[in-house]
Amino acid sequence: MVSLLSHLLNGISLGSVYAIIALGYTMVYGIAKMLNFAHGDVIMIGAYITFSAVHMWNMPPVLAVVISMVVCTVLGVLIEGLAYKPLRQATSLAVLITAIGMSYLLQNIALLVWGPNPKSFPSVIGLPSISLLDGQLIIAAETIVTVLANIVIMIALTLFTNKTKMGKSMRGVSEDKGAAQLMGINVNLTISVTFAIGSALAAIAGVLLCSTYPVLMPTTGSMPGIKAFTAAVFGGIGSIPGAMLGGILLGVIEILGKAYVSTELSDAIVFGVLIIVLLVKPTGLLGKKVHEKV
Amino acid sequence: MSRAKKNFINNLITYGMVVVAFLICQLALSGSIDGFKMSRSLKGQLVPICVYIVMAVSLNLTVGISGELSLGHAGFMSVGAFSGIIMSTWLAARFNMNNEVVRLIISLFTGGIFAGIAGVLIGIPVLRLRGDYLAIVTLAFGEIIRNVLNCLYFSIDEGRLHMSFLDPMLPGKMIYNGPAGATGVDKISTFGMGFALILFTLFVVLNLINSRSGRAIMAIRDARVAAESVGINVPKYKMMAFVISAALAGMAGALYGLNISSVTAAKFKFDTSILVLVFVVLGGIGNIRGSVIAAALLTVLPEVLRAFSDYRMLVYAIVLIVVMLASNSPFIATRIATLKSKIIRKNQTKEGNPA
Amino acid sequence: MTQKRQSETKMVPVPSHSIVPERDVDKRPVLETRHLGIEFGGLKAVEDFNLTIGATEIAGLIGPNGAGKTTVFNLLTKVYQPTNGVVILDGKDTAGMNAAQASKLGIARTFQNIRLFGNMTVEDNVRIGLHNQIRYNTASGILRLPSYWKQEKAQHQKSLELLSIFDMQDMADVQAGSLPYGAQRRLEIVRALATNPKLLLLDEPAAGMNPHETEELMENIIKIRDQFQIAIMLIEHDMNLVMGICEGICVLNYGRIIAKGTASEIQSNPTVIEAYLGKRKED
Repeated sequence: MVSLLSHLLNGISLGSVYAIIALGYTMVYGIAKMLNFAHGDVIMIGAYITFSAVHMWNMPPVLAVVISMVVCTVLGVLIEGLAYKPLRQATSLAVLITAIGMSYLLQNIALLVWGPNPKSFPSVIGLPSISLLDGQLIIAAETIVTVLANIVIMIALTLFTNKTKMGKSMRGVSEDKGAAQLMGINVNLTISVTFAIGSALAAIAGVLLCSTYPVLMPTTGSMPGIKAFTAAVFGGIGSIPGAMLGGILLGVIEILGKAYVSTELSDAIVFGVLIIVLLVKPTGLLGKKVHEKV
Repeated sequence: MSRAKKNFINNLITYGMVVVAFLICQLALSGSIDGFKMSRSLKGQLVPICVYIVMAVSLNLTVGISGELSLGHAGFMSVGAFSGIIMSTWLAARFNMNNEVVRLIISLFTGGIFAGIAGVLIGIPVLRLRGDYLAIVTLAFGEIIRNVLNCLYFSIDEGRLHMSFLDPMLPGKMIYNGPAGATGVDKISTFGMGFALILFTLFVVLNLINSRSGRAIMAIRDARVAAESVGINVPKYKMMAFVISAALAGMAGALYGLNISSVTAAKFKFDTSILVLVFVVLGGIGNIRGSVIAAALLTVLPEVLRAFSDYRMLVYAIVLIVVMLASNSPFIATRIATLKSKIIRKNQTKEGNPA
Repeated sequence: MTQKRQSETKMVPVPSHSIVPERDVDKRPVLETRHLGIEFGGLKAVEDFNLTIGATEIAGLIGPNGAGKTTVFNLLTKVYQPTNGVVILDGKDTAGMNAAQASKLGIARTFQNIRLFGNMTVEDNVRIGLHNQIRYNTASGILRLPSYWKQEKAQHQKSLELLSIFDMQDMADVQAGSLPYGAQRRLEIVRALATNPKLLLLDEPAAGMNPHETEELMENIIKIRDQFQIAIMLIEHDMNLVMGICEGICVLNYGRIIAKGTASEIQSNPTVIEAYLGKRKED
């Protein structure tokens, strides 16, 4: 019973990281209608930046995270402007291949800068863990921080999209790009801001991911990235609460699958969920139905 | 020139190119070209080159001709590789089959059939999806195949094949050992068979494209609703392209698996799928001859330019982005068009007008 | 007992008040719809659409923008599955069929926003239209068996023959996407005709054409009807064309039929005038 509880907590913690990554996917997909395959690798870059700032330049962790967020924001906007913006009118095949190219570019840049050897990433969260039920259930500080960060981000984003002018522009662009442009919304700026927010969140996700799984490699971001996309689809692409729900459910499924089915098959289980969701309810748990225009 | 003739000549050039390249390699191998000897490492690349050409041509059938981005092509390759290896080992153990050519041919077709079956099973759910979703699900299936292969165990005991899931305890000699993969494989692949497989692949793919079924596949790619409106059975033809592509990848996988003594499922991860996609994109999406050239050159180049190998994937990534931008961005496309017309005009003025 | 007797009676569909040209009265109508309707998320895009088209009739479907005309075409060709009612094509109920199966029953169409196979040649576009007319299996295609050569040749000849309707046989090797607009519209009609339809649906065939081209198109539509002995139904905003060649006209507004009749009946129908011009102000 206690072990189930502890697995659940681990699942929620991992799921919260997926949720934060999934936000980046879901916002970009909702607004630019593209799968930003390189998003997972922005997470990896963010983690490397934090790692370097803390362990090589001896900065305080909070400052390191802020720097990482700034770098990732700039990176995200640059990627969008250089690689994706010229392809607004192109086929989704062309955009996706470009995004895959971008993902490989980031991985190989990281390979050249930080080398191929895995870096051990000691947690930057210097807080003690909590012991419950006479020490049978230990909740790591990382878990608490991750879940709290997830909740704060979710509330902040919901307020942002509902209350601010830019947030409303985003909703407008995601609804109908052409009409939004006619209403005087700067579509290019809106898309850039979306990438900026998504990338800043990726930096936070990178730190949280590596605090829980303390190994950092150039390919660290790709698998969590794909799983987070799965989470976004699961919850309903384009929906912010959907990303949160999908992320946490997926994290729990993955950890429980690892614990009770097979470690080898845990990824297969996660992807199995993606396939079933897409076939049974392609709009996800909280997504809207759209009609194909003929 | 009529369309049919043009097609015929185009295909002839593609076949001719492959045959000439094969003959040159054979001459170089036999040492009859003075001053041109093939290095050991290049010799070792001959079969892989054939494998990647077949992989690229078959992926181009899905991506270029059928218009669906598949990111799990290496998964079919792995199914073909391991079923081919198991078939080859079983044939040797059960029937003492010593004729390696026959054994190889049977193993290649076994690989193709199993990968084709995997293609049907995966195609049923995948082909109901579109665009980005389809791509991500093919990626997911590629990973699922790898996961499942890591849980499978095969052994052979007195000519009988044993198989288990998640249980490494099997009687007799292990052929396939879960995450440790296949070891002690009888290396029976030859460059000649690789060449034959390329010709076979080109024969299937090029003839398919220039036929009623091929036109139906391309019609679905260009305008799905219109294709349906003229009575084309969309699921059938999408499945046909997907399964033929998977089966050919499986044959390439069997050739690959029987060329090295030990191979694990980790060899066929996502990176391999992307590598093949790079060949297809650089050769030109939908351009079969381009795929052949790109796959051959990009497999050889890193061997020739050793120093360049650290930057190989980096350069691939940049080239991938640049090619996509150059061929799809209206901004860059118009620049290239004006540049072209300028050059043509310059040449015309150089030649001088008679007037 | 009464119930039993009733279930033994064979019911034949007889549309209540439908008009077809006199020459088609003895022939089976090519299309009948009864109470046809579709909803998108609670919104009724088309409702209670009843129509019969005679075997060689040229019918018109008109109505203001957004009236649901193209939705009707999508329902008839089974691109959309209706939420209500039935579509009977050449005497067969199309319930549960997809677009490809409907095509085999003999319905063909063109598209408002042209949907050609743009990367392929003009001839290949027509050959794709012949997909279910001149056939051979995939294996004989790959292995180049005699049936491949024979049927390919037949396809080639039939394609040129069909292209000659619009004098387009010289453009056979041109890439379809690079044709001028008018030629693309004509190619769509040829491709639709290649499926050997009994009913041809044309979605705004004269859009973007000048008066001279429209005049030519009108002659060609009549020529096609006479030559192939098929029914043609068209959506069109050009009233000269509609009133000039359509025998039965059906007016749609807000997804409902507001009037049916001949050209002169429609022209003098006050409801139609109101739908197009708005209600006249009472002086």
